[in-house]
Amino acid sequence: MTDPEGAFPDPGTGTGPGTGPAPAPGEAADRAVAGILDAVVRPAPGAPRGVVVDSPPGAGKSTLVVRAARELVDAGERLMIVAQTNSQVDDLVDRLASKAPGMSIGRLHASDSRPAPEALRHANVTAKDKVADLLEQDVVISTAAKWQWVKTEQPWRQAIVDEAYQMRSDALLAVARLFERALFVGDPGQLDPFTVVGTDQWAGLSYDPSSSAVVTLLAHNPEIRPHRLPVSWRLPASAAPLVSDAFYPYTPFRAGTGPDDRTLRPGLRGDGSAVDAAIDEAAAGGWALLELPARHTVRTDAQAVAAVAATVRRLLERELTAHSEQGSAPLTPGRVAVGTAHRDQAAAVRAELARLGVPVDPAAGEAVTVDTANRLQGREYDVTVVLHPLSGRPDATAFHLETGRLCVLASRHRHACIVVARAGIPELLDDHPATDPVQLGVAVKFPDGWEANHAVLSHLAEHRVRL
Amino acid sequence: MSLLSTLARLEAVRAQRAQPLATVRHRHLSERPMVLVPLAAAGESGAPLAVLLGTDREAPRLHFVPQPLNRTQRWEFLAAVAREVVPYLESFGDEVELLEGSERDPVSGEKVPVVRELCADAPQLVVPNAGGVSHLALLGRSTRFRRTVEDPDPGEYPSPTEVPLLGRWLTHLTDRAQVPGSSLLLAMTGLLSRHWATGQSNLEDQHLAARLAWHLPPAGLEPPAVGAAAAEWVESARDGDGLLLHPPAGPATDPKFDERVLAPAILRHDAAVAVRERAEAARDGAEVRRAAGLVEQAHAELARVLLAATLPTWHDVWRGLDLLRALPAAGHLPDRWEGDRWSFTMHRDRVAAGEPPQPRRDDAVTAARKLAQREREQARLEIQEALDDPLAMAERRLAGEAFAGEVVDVVPEWSAGRSPKPRPLLVVRTDDRPHADPGREAHRAHAEPAQRAEVVSAAPGEVVVRLLSGMGRRKDPEPGSVPEPGTAVVFTLFELAPRQSAPLPEPADTPWTHGGPPVAVEDAPAGGDEWE
Amino acid sequence: MNVSHLGQASPPLRRLSELRGPAPQRSLDARALAALAANPGCRRRALLDAAGVDKTALAQQLGRPAPFGQSPFAIRRGLQFESRLKRDGYAVLLAPLRRRLGVPEDEALSLAVPDLLPSASPAVRAERTAAALAEAAADPAGWTLLDHPLLRLDVAGSPAYLEPDAVVVHAGRCTVVEIKSFPVLDGSADPANVGAAARQAAVYVLALQEAAARLAGRPLSAGPYAVQDLPGAPELTVLLVCPKDFSSLPVAVPVDVRRELAVTRRQLSRMTRIDQLLAALPGGVTFDLARDASGTPTRPAGELAAAVAAVPAAYAPECISTCELGFHCRSQARCAGAVEQLGRGVRGELGALRTVAEALAAAEQGGGGGPEPALEEGSGLDEAAERLVYAARLRAEALAAGGVR
Repeated sequence: MTDPEGAFPDPGTGTGPGTGPAPAPGEAADRAVAGILDAVVRPAPGAPRGVVVDSPPGAGKSTLVVRAARELVDAGERLMIVAQTNSQVDDLVDRLASKAPGMSIGRLHASDSRPAPEALRHANVTAKDKVADLLEQDVVISTAAKWQWVKTEQPWRQAIVDEAYQMRSDALLAVARLFERALFVGDPGQLDPFTVVGTDQWAGLSYDPSSSAVVTLLAHNPEIRPHRLPVSWRLPASAAPLVSDAFYPYTPFRAGTGPDDRTLRPGLRGDGSAVDAAIDEAAAGGWALLELPARHTVRTDAQAVAAVAATVRRLLERELTAHSEQGSAPLTPGRVAVGTAHRDQAAAVRAELARLGVPVDPAAGEAVTVDTANRLQGREYDVTVVLHPLSGRPDATAFHLETGRLCVLASRHRHACIVVARAGIPELLDDHPATDPVQLGVAVKFPDGWEANHAVLSHLAEHRVRL
Repeated sequence: MSLLSTLARLEAVRAQRAQPLATVRHRHLSERPMVLVPLAAAGESGAPLAVLLGTDREAPRLHFVPQPLNRTQRWEFLAAVAREVVPYLESFGDEVELLEGSERDPVSGEKVPVVRELCADAPQLVVPNAGGVSHLALLGRSTRFRRTVEDPDPGEYPSPTEVPLLGRWLTHLTDRAQVPGSSLLLAMTGLLSRHWATGQSNLEDQHLAARLAWHLPPAGLEPPAVGAAAAEWVESARDGDGLLLHPPAGPATDPKFDERVLAPAILRHDAAVAVRERAEAARDGAEVRRAAGLVEQAHAELARVLLAATLPTWHDVWRGLDLLRALPAAGHLPDRWEGDRWSFTMHRDRVAAGEPPQPRRDDAVTAARKLAQREREQARLEIQEALDDPLAMAERRLAGEAFAGEVVDVVPEWSAGRSPKPRPLLVVRTDDRPHADPGREAHRAHAEPAQRAEVVSAAPGEVVVRLLSGMGRRKDPEPGSVPEPGTAVVFTLFELAPRQSAPLPEPADTPWTHGGPPVAVEDAPAGGDEWE
Repeated sequence: MNVSHLGQASPPLRRLSELRGPAPQRSLDARALAALAANPGCRRRALLDAAGVDKTALAQQLGRPAPFGQSPFAIRRGLQFESRLKRDGYAVLLAPLRRRLGVPEDEALSLAVPDLLPSASPAVRAERTAAALAEAAADPAGWTLLDHPLLRLDVAGSPAYLEPDAVVVHAGRCTVVEIKSFPVLDGSADPANVGAAARQAAVYVLALQEAAARLAGRPLSAGPYAVQDLPGAPELTVLLVCPKDFSSLPVAVPVDVRRELAVTRRQLSRMTRIDQLLAALPGGVTFDLARDASGTPTRPAGELAAAVAAVPAAYAPECISTCELGFHCRSQARCAGAVEQLGRGVRGELGALRTVAEALAAAEQGGGGGPEPALEEGSGLDEAAERLVYAARLRAEALAAGGVR
């Protein structure tokens, strides 16, 4: 997240010290949501054309989008929604269609791709590859990439841009002609958009096409004051303070649930192995670090991959039950995810899990999700097993240190997160050169990956189990 | 760096000789390139010191600024460079191809036929390294706004008319150099790095002579040698006066050279000029003649030391061109060179139409357009290189993005429906390990017409794909469109044609999210704020 | 910037001084700080810097002198630029400072420039700076410019002295001013240069934070990004003063150094590990160049190289542009066949394979074109070696197909 002006927390959120007793999380969140809906649905005369909402992991972003969409449609608006990936669009269609069966929803898709079945199973969803066939729908949803090609004589009055921090500024430039006002929602702590070609010549320009859409929007519309969702409903009490401190130092948030609201209990006793000890540690404290002996390896470190897979298998074998404010449920494959930094790591973990007989193919039924941080953005699971991006590396690179990557991996879980890593990461971080270039006029992104990694590691060290 | 290029570097360490990273040449080389070896004056950004340039390897021409702080001399230098470079560039504008196309009439909205000109060939500048490109960009930036005597308000220090024109061309060429795969302006270190691996790091490869020392023995090294020792020799060997035996490729000069050779030579020149000026003031004819001789002598001395500082690099650039010309040209070079020809033609037309110089910074739409172009060209480059060069395809295979093998079985199948279409299954035996999840789209390399397929299953040693297109319109596939058992095939998991970029608004339609249409700020004439 | 260590000879300090020999102690200058940032994991550099060894002379005597130098043209222009700043009454500094601090343009302003005793000893200068800073911070309305103040910073247990170009004090807070000769062209500047300037300025900010904490009798805050709320505390945004475009007119731009400050704090705190490095050092090691009466070093290069080799280095090609010993360490890495000679990133692909010979041997054990080793169950090949075999097969196949071999 950027902190262009000053280093001062927004006094409006009331989470800092000295603002009196903090309201209950539900109350604080409701107040924030009500303020946002007012600004979106009932804007004051002369109010800015954009409303920006910063949402930390699991703070109810999707719920907010659904509520805003319903209220706008109820107020007689036609609405367009822009998301960044096809799976985000399909998720949103599914959710919106379930929550608002009376709303007509158009799913605009590319001619060479079909929407997911979950999106199409609803009676109120129409899928077309031409926008002209969807103009009568209350809501039309598509990816930014598809919207860019839409030609229309009749712009929408209102748009919602979801995962707006993942959207590039040039994509917003191409779609902004389609709407008059927009609600931009996203998580500033996740991975930034990127490009593989040189963009240095535009660094420091307010409209640098490779920067985030929200950064450009705010630079050109300084009267827009971002709203914030102050409570994470996903992250448990064991995770919210760590994630908030390590990744959102200037925009703190807290957990919506207390330490006793969520429990994770194994049905079967551990077998005395380190893997089971790590599971017990995570079940009790929300975190575990399963540490392999220090060694330099390539990305697909067979032992680390095996440790990840063994952990997942034991998670499923030990009949865990997750109790939460939403009730009790057994920990099934669909509630578990493995996160990695690289695709080949995910492939190796998937292969190893398949070898162990753990379901990983969603087409064949409920399966464990194994994916990279990029693809896990916006997802939520009960338990996650993370192969640490720096595990076994002889050197740290900007890619591996990117704050957003670790933030995504450490904030997908409702109950517990088990990190698998080789020993030696703190030393690796200490030896990492600190010769980052600095671009004039570009707001510094906080925190830097080095600091965030240290913060997470020192916390994990308290939950260490050696393999 | 990929593991394949690391392997090539490891081999280069063992052999103490550069190793191939390509089996073909991936950049267009002109038959008549202009080579430039620019030097910059230390301590001041973009201040030119000298340039050795020309299109004839045997006849380089040196231009230099005798006193780098003297503005008049700097203009004279730039005007002289412009008189060499601009005619070279413009000489490519004369021969054109006429292409017939259509354009939408802005008034009627109807398509009307138009004939467009495309220059038959385009110029090519070659500099030693990336620093050379940046230096040319700075020269472009510092000169394209200059006012000349032809301006309505020429200002206090008008520059020769050629100078802003040179600035606009340099700006265009350095901007085009940012487009992946473009070849209007090339840096020799980059060209060599694309085609060969040395036994040293990327960082050290930026030193042109040190890089070349992995190919050919450096001039002056006795006994002749190649490899790390030769590279270290050109990097650091110095004579008794502490001067490098092989001058750096610029644009920065060696500080020791500045201190021991250049500064004294400039001082002598300044002193001679001062003597002449005093003599002129005193109207002492004999003294003026004597001083003129001194100036001439000092000038010749400066020319001598600056030629010595650039000539070894000049030869290095040409030796690099020799190495590259020995490689066979990649199949897609004419395709990409056509893009360069368009780029050249369009700038030629803008200049001819009297459009103003490129602005200091791009507006939002222009920046987004350029980014989209670069991304598209990057994608095109990666695809074309992979198709042109088995070594580039090997990179993709190692990354799991492609697989090569032999068709061992073909199972004819058809699509369901009233008019069934061929959908044959190919069983491909492969030693590759592609990330080929079932359902993933695959493309057959070198298929004409393009052929799309879908991964059906993948197991170690064997991938099954279903062909989906490129087999004609009938129920039975066109003869030869389905590979027979025993055929060697390559499938990629990436598309073989770059995606089109989405349309962007006109700058005048820049939306509110990006600050609205750009306000026409008169680019402040480059007067007192620059180079004073 | 000039820094020198002054302190009492505690046992480690005594040992460090033995390592240096009778030569005068070298300061921890901008280049040393840059080398620390570029390669914080190098023990050789850490120990030589802590001992204040003259690395330039050391590299010379080892036979591979450092290539660093500054052109006389660049030096002259730098001096001209700095003197120009003073000539117009520091107006160029004050205008952007006014904007940043919200002081109206028309408000009358008198700038105090106290005498900081530039020719006194470092300790006296530092004390004078501290007093001037405290005095200036106590006057909320005044503007004070400290021209080349001397700041004290504790590094690895001993005080180091640092000299920023200028510090401006107003409204009880101060701002570090760093003057550089690279230009700001159309609002942007070379990011590597700005990064280096930001890291340098962050060291001054840290020294000023320590000073403010000392003055207030409070410990330094633990949070890496915390803003100090103490009299005389530094702003976490510094002013970078550079030539504008192609002119010699100065322009001041703000640079947020919070990130660099956090990194610097961590790195300097790690320098205390010098004790461990000393403990691991064999007895009798010294880097003394054994200069004779005329000042010519007489220590045999071989002996010196052996002493240097007693402290492990973490060579990377970047060292050549940041550390005086870069060429020496490179030749050692090349002799040892270390894969680091090819770049930092290479190691990530080679896992535990540390030498060129090992890696090539691993690549060739597949026998070229044989059955796919990955498919052999339990072949026992390390993943790095296995991938190398695969890569070698693909490379050989492609070169053959391309007709290169």
